[in-house]
Amino acid sequence: MKILTEHIEVPGIETIDVYRKHGGYQAVEKALKKMTPDEVTEEVKKSGLRGRGGAGFPVGMKWSFLAKPEGVPRYLVCNADESEPGTFKDHYLMWKSPHTLIEGMIVSSFALGANTSYIYVRGELMYVIHILEKAIQEAYDKGLLGKNILGSGYDLDLFVQSGGGAYICGEETALLESLEGKRGNPRNKPPFPAVKGLWQCPTVVNNVESIAATSWIVNNGGDAYAQIGVGRSTGTKLISASGHIRKPGVYEIPLGITVEDFIYSDEWCGGIRDGHKLKAVVAGGSSVPILPAEMILTTATGEKRLMTYESLSDGGFATGTMLGSGGFIVMDETTCIVHNTLTFARFYHHESCGQCSPCREGTGWMDKVIKRIELGQGRKEDIDLLVDVAKKIEGNTICPLGDAAAWPVSAAIRHFRDEFEWHIEHPELATQPGAVYMRPGASWSN
Amino acid sequence: MKVTIDNITLEVEPGTTIMQAARMIGPEIAPPAMCYYEPLKGTGGKCRGCLVKVTAGSEKDPRPMPKLVPSCITTVQEGMIVENTINEQVLETRKGIVEFLLLNHPLDCPVCDQAGECHLQDFSFEHGVSSTRTVEDRNTFEPVDLGPYIKLNMNRCILCYRCVYAADQLTEGRVHGVMNRGDHAEISTYIEKAIDNDFSGNVIDVCPVGALTDRTYRFKSRVWFSKPEDAHCDCDKCSGNVTLWYRGDEVIRVTGRKNEWGEVKEFICNTCRFERKKTSDWVIEGPTKIARHSVISANKYGANLINPSFPIKQAALAYKPIDDDRDRSFLPARKSLPSSEKK
Repeated sequence: MKILTEHIEVPGIETIDVYRKHGGYQAVEKALKKMTPDEVTEEVKKSGLRGRGGAGFPVGMKWSFLAKPEGVPRYLVCNADESEPGTFKDHYLMWKSPHTLIEGMIVSSFALGANTSYIYVRGELMYVIHILEKAIQEAYDKGLLGKNILGSGYDLDLFVQSGGGAYICGEETALLESLEGKRGNPRNKPPFPAVKGLWQCPTVVNNVESIAATSWIVNNGGDAYAQIGVGRSTGTKLISASGHIRKPGVYEIPLGITVEDFIYSDEWCGGIRDGHKLKAVVAGGSSVPILPAEMILTTATGEKRLMTYESLSDGGFATGTMLGSGGFIVMDETTCIVHNTLTFARFYHHESCGQCSPCREGTGWMDKVIKRIELGQGRKEDIDLLVDVAKKIEGNTICPLGDAAAWPVSAAIRHFRDEFEWHIEHPELATQPGAVYMRPGASWSN
Repeated sequence: MKVTIDNITLEVEPGTTIMQAARMIGPEIAPPAMCYYEPLKGTGGKCRGCLVKVTAGSEKDPRPMPKLVPSCITTVQEGMIVENTINEQVLETRKGIVEFLLLNHPLDCPVCDQAGECHLQDFSFEHGVSSTRTVEDRNTFEPVDLGPYIKLNMNRCILCYRCVYAADQLTEGRVHGVMNRGDHAEISTYIEKAIDNDFSGNVIDVCPVGALTDRTYRFKSRVWFSKPEDAHCDCDKCSGNVTLWYRGDEVIRVTGRKNEWGEVKEFICNTCRFERKKTSDWVIEGPTKIARHSVISANKYGANLINPSFPIKQAALAYKPIDDDRDRSFLPARKSLPSSEKK
């Protein structure tokens, strides 16, 4: 079952003619000519579509929170500032099939009553920006954007804005600040963007994938979308699979397949690379807790873990993780967890905006301590110190970056404490090039 | 609107923040504010020092708020119940915040002009611990002169953004701001441009720490050795209401009048602050009432001062020149021997 990537390999799909030949822009015609904005919102609500950017908040519910005061413009902003380590799905979608996003933008903007919409793309993806701008121009030429779209009386202007290369601008309020031309610092919430967003006007910020999915929902109905998937995790999800697997890449999966299937079946990742075995998985991009092999495949109650929001977070952070943005990083037994944690900690240290003190100082502190451990200068008390620092950051910051920085560190220590201890107790072994701790009884091959 | 803070219930206007309500009760209950500055719009929410626990959101929705909330920007609801000084989690978090703020702070209070009226000193005195857990190198910056009047010591900065808001709201065209990200973020004028306008000196007053200090007052005196007097003058640019800081008969510093929370309500111009340093320029109103902030108030840090058990003369008698055979010919000749050796 493919929704977003059905025609993605068709040559020339990035041009409007080929895209229309494969059923493109039918949703725009249907929504603008036959439906009211509220009906579109209702279909999205019925579909159970959840935000694909990481938090998994229901899209329809987010839309219904949008304040609609008279005489104040509303905005839709597409968050294409995808910078989470391990996540590269939006990039793939926009690069291969820009019209999928543009169609979704038109339908969603119509539903929200926005006459100006923005796509905020991370600055590093300049060639994707060029592709999007070309596609937008095509849409303008065909009368799908601009004044009086398809004679329906609805106007929409769509702009692409490039980011400056900051991870923090993927946080919705920092993104809005950046879009306004200011320093990308997250705002204090409340007020939420749905009430005071871009230029203090009501704004909805959605992920690329969420917006792209709306056109299929309009075409086929919310109920049809809700039938895919399990429980409250409906529809399909793009997963960016990377790491020590045979076939890394972006896969569109129906939510609800088992994690084991996803890793080992030939349809998806194709299993761990030859002669090695699974050690750990980061299931949703660098900020979600890492899980060791046995916990990612089965839940604490012994059931098979599924690729859904609920199943992955089963057991809380003690034995679970999160689906997040779908950055599925697989590690085999040659991976040093301490080194991996250092990579993540260094990233958050580099990307913290420096506005609130726990995150600004805490991320740097954790980075420095883990670096010492990795270089063989760790002290016994450093492990507990890291746990405590992570705990002091978590939940006390303005935006979720603080949590995102704290979770990978505390989870790595929770599940791989012995590895950290080995680094501290045996620095002469741990600092050898490529040295990896082996649990007693573990072996290198299958 | 009824709100309960630390079991004390009071009536406040709608739109009041938890911080403002707590300040109405008194300094014992008020959460510490490092970045919040009431006269400047938009400040607050950054240092996280004022986080409090809301155990009941409102009368309508009495569920507790899941996270600690910054009291300086959270408005009260009817029937809200807040725990500040009686909540273990809040105090524990505050301890962590102090630790974070001091992590890259040079702790150079002995040579810092702000010492004695520093909010960070107060905050760490009240909520910090006396030991440190970090062995890491501190991030350092070079001190910079921002024009003839203001010294920037970025090492001490806690990035409260107060000076940014002050320059935004008091002056036309802000020339300084925050550059870079994370713990390398710094207050800067980009290429060390001078801050030059009539109200730029107010960034010194709003700075809670010694990051922005008065160059005309640099190393002149410790704060607690100078005596503050309220004074005013007829100024065409500002209200002219200031505090003069005397050492003996000499005015060594002029600042805005700070209220009991260390906040200046009437910002003053640079002429008053930097140029009018003679008593004859001013009409003296009387001694300033010193509020809770700073060591000059009520002997806060030294309630149990221990006097040395021997008089100072005795200490002088015990003085002995170091007796070894190092070459001292390069030293200037001593005019007279210390009294102890004369005997």
